[in-house]
This record gives sequence, C-alpha cells and structure tokens, in this order.
Amino acid sequence: MTKEEKYTLAKWAMNYALEKGAQQSSVSISNSRSSSVEVRGEKIDKLEQAIQSGLTIRLYVDNKYSAHSTNRLKKEELARFIEQAIEGTRFLSEDEFRTLPEPELYYKGDKGNLLTLDSNFSKVDPQKKIELAFAVEKEVLGKDDRMISVSTGYYDGLEERVMVTSNGFEGDSANSTFGLYGSVSVKSDEARPESSWSESAIFFDKLKKDSIGTTALNRAISKIGQQKIGSEKMTMIVENKQVGRIFSPLIQALNGSAIQQKNSFLIDKLNQKVASEKLTLTDDPFIVSGRGSRLFDGEGLATKKRTVFEKGVLKTYYIDTYYGKKLEMEPTSGSTTNLVFETGYKDLQGLVGTVKKGILVTGFNGGNTNGSTGDFSFGIEGFLIENGAIVQPVSEMNITGNMKELWSNIGEIGNDINESSSWLTPSIVFEGVDFSGI
Amino acid sequence: MNVNRRNFIKTGGAVVAGSMVLPPFMQSCHKLQISENVKSYLDHFEVSAEMLQKVVAAAMSKGGDYADLFFEHKISNNIGLQDGKVNRASSNIDFGVGIRVLKGDQTGYAYSENVSLDDMLNAAKMAASIANENATFKTGELTEKIPSGYYKIVRQWEDVSVKDKVPFVQKINDKVFELDEKVIKVNASLNDETSYILFYNSEGRLTYDYRPMVSFSAFCIMQKGDKIENGYSARSFRKGFEWMDDNLVAEIAKEAVDRTNILFEATKPRAGEMPVVMGAGGSGILLHEAIGHTFEADFNRKGTSIFSDKMGKKVAESFINIIDDGTLENNRGSINIDDEGNDVEKTYLVKDGVLNSYIHDRISSNFYKVNPTGNGRRESFRDIPLPRMRATYMEPGPHSKDDIISNVDYGVYVDNFSNGQVQIGAGDFTFFVKSGYLIEKGKLTRPIKDINIIGNGPQALADISMAANDYLIDNGTWTCGKNGQSVPVTCGLPTVLVKKLTVGGTNA
Repeated sequence: MTKEEKYTLAKWAMNYALEKGAQQSSVSISNSRSSSVEVRGEKIDKLEQAIQSGLTIRLYVDNKYSAHSTNRLKKEELARFIEQAIEGTRFLSEDEFRTLPEPELYYKGDKGNLLTLDSNFSKVDPQKKIELAFAVEKEVLGKDDRMISVSTGYYDGLEERVMVTSNGFEGDSANSTFGLYGSVSVKSDEARPESSWSESAIFFDKLKKDSIGTTALNRAISKIGQQKIGSEKMTMIVENKQVGRIFSPLIQALNGSAIQQKNSFLIDKLNQKVASEKLTLTDDPFIVSGRGSRLFDGEGLATKKRTVFEKGVLKTYYIDTYYGKKLEMEPTSGSTTNLVFETGYKDLQGLVGTVKKGILVTGFNGGNTNGSTGDFSFGIEGFLIENGAIVQPVSEMNITGNMKELWSNIGEIGNDINESSSWLTPSIVFEGVDFSGI
Repeated sequence: MNVNRRNFIKTGGAVVAGSMVLPPFMQSCHKLQISENVKSYLDHFEVSAEMLQKVVAAAMSKGGDYADLFFEHKISNNIGLQDGKVNRASSNIDFGVGIRVLKGDQTGYAYSENVSLDDMLNAAKMAASIANENATFKTGELTEKIPSGYYKIVRQWEDVSVKDKVPFVQKINDKVFELDEKVIKVNASLNDETSYILFYNSEGRLTYDYRPMVSFSAFCIMQKGDKIENGYSARSFRKGFEWMDDNLVAEIAKEAVDRTNILFEATKPRAGEMPVVMGAGGSGILLHEAIGHTFEADFNRKGTSIFSDKMGKKVAESFINIIDDGTLENNRGSINIDDEGNDVEKTYLVKDGVLNSYIHDRISSNFYKVNPTGNGRRESFRDIPLPRMRATYMEPGPHSKDDIISNVDYGVYVDNFSNGQVQIGAGDFTFFVKSGYLIEKGKLTRPIKDINIIGNGPQALADISMAANDYLIDNGTWTCGKNGQSVPVTCGLPTVLVKKLTVGGTNA
C-alpha cells in the first residue's frame, strides 16, 4: 500500500466508525516487509520473506472505549468489523477518562526528517544478503577445534505507518532496519557454551559487516570452564548491552499505569532523589537516525526532549492521555524514545581495572522484579574480577536485591555506549550486590 | 468439534471481535472426494482442493523434498476491568497462509495474508527457492486425516456476546475486594481465542483443527501500612463459555488474595546452594526449563544441547517418568494435530530414569529416523514450525509430601512462580519464585518471596532424590517462548526434592 492509500483507508474507517455511532476514533494502518536468511554448515538453513499489513481502530462510544485490529483490509469486511466492535463496546462500563488527546498537544508537522528510513531498502540485492550471512560464517570456520555449531544470519525489515484521529491528527512515519548476527557453540567437557553477536543499522551502508563471527566465537571460548563461586556481597559491573535488563524495571515504575494502579516503587517521587547522583538521563526523541527517534508517539502527541533523572533526582513520569487524566497530570508520552545516559570517563576495561573483587555480568538468565516493591532477583553469567583483572568465567549464580538500593549504589558509569539500541546504555559499576553461588 | 456445520463463520450479535466476515460462501466445486468437514474448512478459507494442489506444485517446482500449507484464521477477544469497572475491550483478527518448502534440513518459508491463487503462488515460488533445480512434481493422492478431539466444547467463543462475559469479570473484582480489606486495586481480564486451521502437504495429507482457548485472570494490589504487594492468579483451558461459573470466579479471587497476603510477612533466604522442595503443580516449570527445552531435538541435532549425547542413558532416579503430552482433555497445551499436520501423542521423555525421547518436529524426526512426536508447533502462519513442548509433567513418585519436607534441615519450599529461562548449551536454567517458605529442621517456617533459583539441567535432574504421590497439572496461563515465537503450554509436577540448587538471597 502506498502512503496515500493508507491515509485514504484510515480516514474511511475512522469516518465509518463516527457514522455508526462512535463520538471519537483513531485509526492507524501499517505495512511491513522483511526478509531473512540463516546459514549453517556452509549452506542456507532458512530463507524467509514476508509482507504484511494491519489496521488498528480505537473507538470512543458513549464514554466507553475499546480497541481492535485486523489484517483483513477489504472495505466490506472492515465495515462489518467496525459495526460489531461498536456494538460490543456499548456493553462496557462508562469511563470518563477515555478521550482522544487534546488537539493542541498533537504533533503539527513542524519538524524535519529524523532519517529513520533507508530509501534504498528495496535495492539491496537478495544475493548480496545471502553472501553477507555466509561471510559471517566464513570468519570462524576452521578457526577453533572446539566449535560444535555455527549459525549466522542476515535480516532486514521496513515498516511504514499512518495514523489519523477524529480530532485532527494526521501523521506518518517509517523505519528500516538491517542486521547481521552469528552464534557459536563450543565444547567444554559436559557443557556446550554458546555465544552470539549481532550488529544492526537503519541504513544498509552503515551496517557493520565484519568481526561479527569472530566476536561470537571469542565470547563463546571465553566461557569455557564457567563455574559458580561462593556466595558473597561484591562489586558488580554490568556490560553495556546488558544494562537494559536491570534498567527496565525503573522505566516500568515510571509508567502512568503503574503509578495510578499503585504497582510502582516510585510513586510520589517526582523531584526527589531516588538514585545515585551519578545517574543523569535524558529522553531525546530528536537524535538524527536514532533507533528510538520519533516526532510523535502512539497517540499522536508531539514528542519532547525530557530529563528523566538529574543527578539521581526523578524529573518525569511516562504518562499517556488516559492515565494523565486519572492522575490529574499533564501527559508526557507513554513510552521512551532514545535514552541518553550521562557517561563517565572509562571504557569497560578501565572499569574492570578499578575493581578489587567483583563480577562482570555479561549475560542474564531469567529472573524478575516485583513491580510494587522493586525487589529483584536475576540469574547471571560473566567473569570474576580480582585486583582489577578478569580471572575466570562464572555462571549459574543469582543476584538479589532491591532496585532502589541498586541504583543508589552506582560506583561508576562507563563511556562505552551501546549504540545498537534506543537505550544508549554504557557499562555501569554497582557496589555491594548480593551474589548467590555455592 | 463443531465442524460439521457449514455455517460456522458466525457474524454473532455484539461479539466484540466479531468473527471475520467473508462474503457469502463461494459455491466451490470440489471435484475431489472430500468430506463435509474438510469442505467446510476449504470454504472457510475460500480455497479449493485443486488450488491447494496447484500451490504445492509451485512450492515443489524447484526440486524441494517436501512442502506444506498452513492456513490459519484466529479471532481473539479481551475484556478488562480496572478501578472497579469493566471498561476496556480489545480484539484482533489474524488471517493468512504459511508456505514451507524443505530440501533436506533446509527451509524456505513465505506467507501471504491473502489467499487468492496468485498471492499464494507468489509466496510458494519464493519458498521454493530454497532448492534450485527445475523439477516437476507429481501431485500425491489426497488423503484426509480426521484430527483427534481433545477439546470438545459446547459454546463457541465466537457466539458469546460481550454482554454475557462482563458479569464474570465484574464478579471477580467484587469477590477480591470482599475477601480482604487490604485490597486497594484489582485488574481482571477475560481473553478468548478461536483458531481455524487447515493443513495440506505435498504427501497429500489434508487435515484441519478448531482450537478454542480461554484465559481468566485477576491481579490484585494490597496495602498494609506503607507496604504494597501484588499477586496474580489465572486459569486457562481449551474450553468454551460453558466453563465460566461462580466457583471459578471464587477460586481465582481467593488464590490472588492468598498469594498477595503471604508476601507481607515474607523474607529472603540466605544466598547459596541448598535443598529445594518443589510443591505440586506449577513447579513443573522445573521440567520445562531444566530439561524440556534441552530435549528439543533441533538443539540436539545441531549438537548444541547439553543433552545431545545422552539418548538411552540414565539421567535420573529410576522412579522418575517425565512426559510431554498433547492429548490431555481441554488442556491449554493440547492440540488435535500439530502444526505440521501430524498426530499428537503422549511422549515419554524420561522413562524409568532413562532418556527415552527427544521432542521432535518433522526435520528432526527425519534426522533421527524416528516417528514424529506431534511437537511441531508455530505461533502463527507467519512462523516456521519448531520442536515445542505441550503439557510437560512428571508422573507421581513413591514418597509423600510430608516425608520430603521433613527430610530437609535448611532449605526452601517453592510453589508459586512467574517465569523461567534456560541456556541450552550450558544447561543453566532458572525460575523466579513469587513466594514459598523456608524449611527449617524439617518444617515450613517463614514465607519467602521474589527470589530467582538457578541450576544446571542434567545435574538438577540427577539430583531429584524424592518424588511424592500428589501429582498436579497447573492450569495457569503458561506461555513458552522460543526464537521469538510464543505457544501456549502447561506443566505439572508432584512434590519433589532437588538435593541442591542455587537460591537467590542475602549474604550475612
């Protein structure tokens, strides 16, 4: 579907809903294309290709609310779909807080292109994609006798969407992504440690295409001989790519729904110090070609650059229109864009050099956080550090604690930003973490 | 099964998702000999047997060894309650066909959301390109496979109006508030799902399935002084609307409140290795994570599982029998056919302590030259089938729960979980304990909460030293993820003692 076709269908569906009894409505339509190839044992293991489209409609009927989606986009089917959805909505209870956003908060089309789409997406030669996946495999074949299995792959995807609302919003956006990965298993006694590495980019030309297989192999080999060590309170360094796992409970606790439903450990903490003063963090939607960059959010609200934590003081919640009304707070946006951490001065090696005894966490294995209290416990693997040097690989251990305490005990923040995610996380040192092992 | 009715595409009154609405049935002319059942599925997807044969021929045109078509139409509905009112609903309709071509163990895959002959032929040609020679495919004789009936229902969800569902969701809210004055918030939801599946492959097998599913849940928040805690309870089955009643409401409400209440008094155990008693029921997560995934044959044929060279070897005490079962009546993990059109069975993974079978899909059962076990599953028509679990459980053992607990000097008893994970190669698995108890000198003492437990699969299996006679399947909303695909499963376990696992906790 072209952009114009999507707009035309979206407006038709919205108007049809209004005609059939909804007082307000919003409709978004997206379509996407993707392809992938996975290589194993010097031949193609899987070849996949996909094209899909879908429509989502939000209905506000007599102060009652529902949302519906379908991938059946023929008008005659959509008409019945919308009619039935409206009819069903009438049986719900009224909810005075459900409305579309205030029009003045919508994005007005007044900002430039954030460059999140590779206009040459369709021009990448399918044969080239296959060759790239084979090239990742070739980097490691025959490089180490301990290798049992190598899987490598290439993938790409493009998604285009439009959204219209009955109180005046119209907007469209598009994103592309290209990726390469490698996964290597090696033999060590009984265990068969595996490690993978990946690179991704919005533009095909910017995709890093080398060292992926080698990095996966080296990381797998470094795990040989993993064992658990004694339970102890120690320093923990979390590698940049893994920080999201322990940071996401903080973001969840800032969500309007969690605050209003009393399922957050950061209720009524705005403008209070809740974390170490080493934590300063900005939500920046306008980074050119940022993974999380956008001009408007899922409701059409214009995005803004916001400080989330300033020297450990909480500066904002993530609040959408509905929970904003319930909480009597201004909506900010229900989700993160690009999270930019204020960084320190050392890379990962520099951080390791400062630790007398601790564990560098390079992977999490299960675990969870209690949203109401912040109590957490996660399985981990990584490396024991003694006197500033890595001495052995560890696994089958847990860390346990409370999110508020963990983030109040930051030792140091690294400068090694993980740029392959919208959360631009550096490696971080935490003091006094409870590890359980033997 | 309710598949004999030609008119099973309901337009229903005020069904939120509405069923998908197709134009009046095409008056298809089926030249081949096929039953009314199959005909109704062909009509449902607006295809004919001849079209299926043409698409498979295109899929096989480049010299593939095998091809299959997986048509799926899924209708999902949700109604939800928050702040005392049933004030939200959502629905989703998903429709399409996945086309797969195999050449040895290589897979070509494409799907189409439209089932016109041209759209399907285009997808078939793309999937065909996994092979690269010109070949002519001789259409096999069409054989109909009538699926088993593991989930017969009375009232199809497509026929149930929002109006009839709302009172149950409202009642569960009221019940939770009524049970404890510390309750400050309740979120409740009722999800139902109906899938129509039509399957055809290059061997001529034509089969179908009708898969209902319902999940009913309550999440409550309670406050005691300045402490806030939360708890969750849910039940899920392949059942129809007839399943809903006041007893069910009371059961879920009570469990949600009980599970929250215990947390106010809970502490954390000391960190480290200790005996772990797994309570009957949801503790089946131990089997799912510690051995289930590592028994999936795709990992084993690639040599990447820690169990890759253990077939036929003793892996557990002789009283241990572990099963993966797709045939339990109305169970969330049951399927009448798997997503590769194969029959489903009760598979002994471990028999009398010996590794007896892996969990197979088509590719792996060919590789190991064994019969398929009916474990080839996929999240939707968009996805390649993989070896996946169904209901994974252990048969009762020779001990009693009391004997097991009294055997432990210091350890933990755990029976309420939220999630787990495993690393296939290293064998390290984990599960997160929402609540349980400390065991001190053979007795349950203080409650514990929010701790992760980690172990190593083969070691943990060998360390199950006692199993009780109180086996239970847990009918919560278990969902298993693998390679980005989610499928519904369940698990079960009698009370067992694992001699040693590493328990999250605090250091003195």
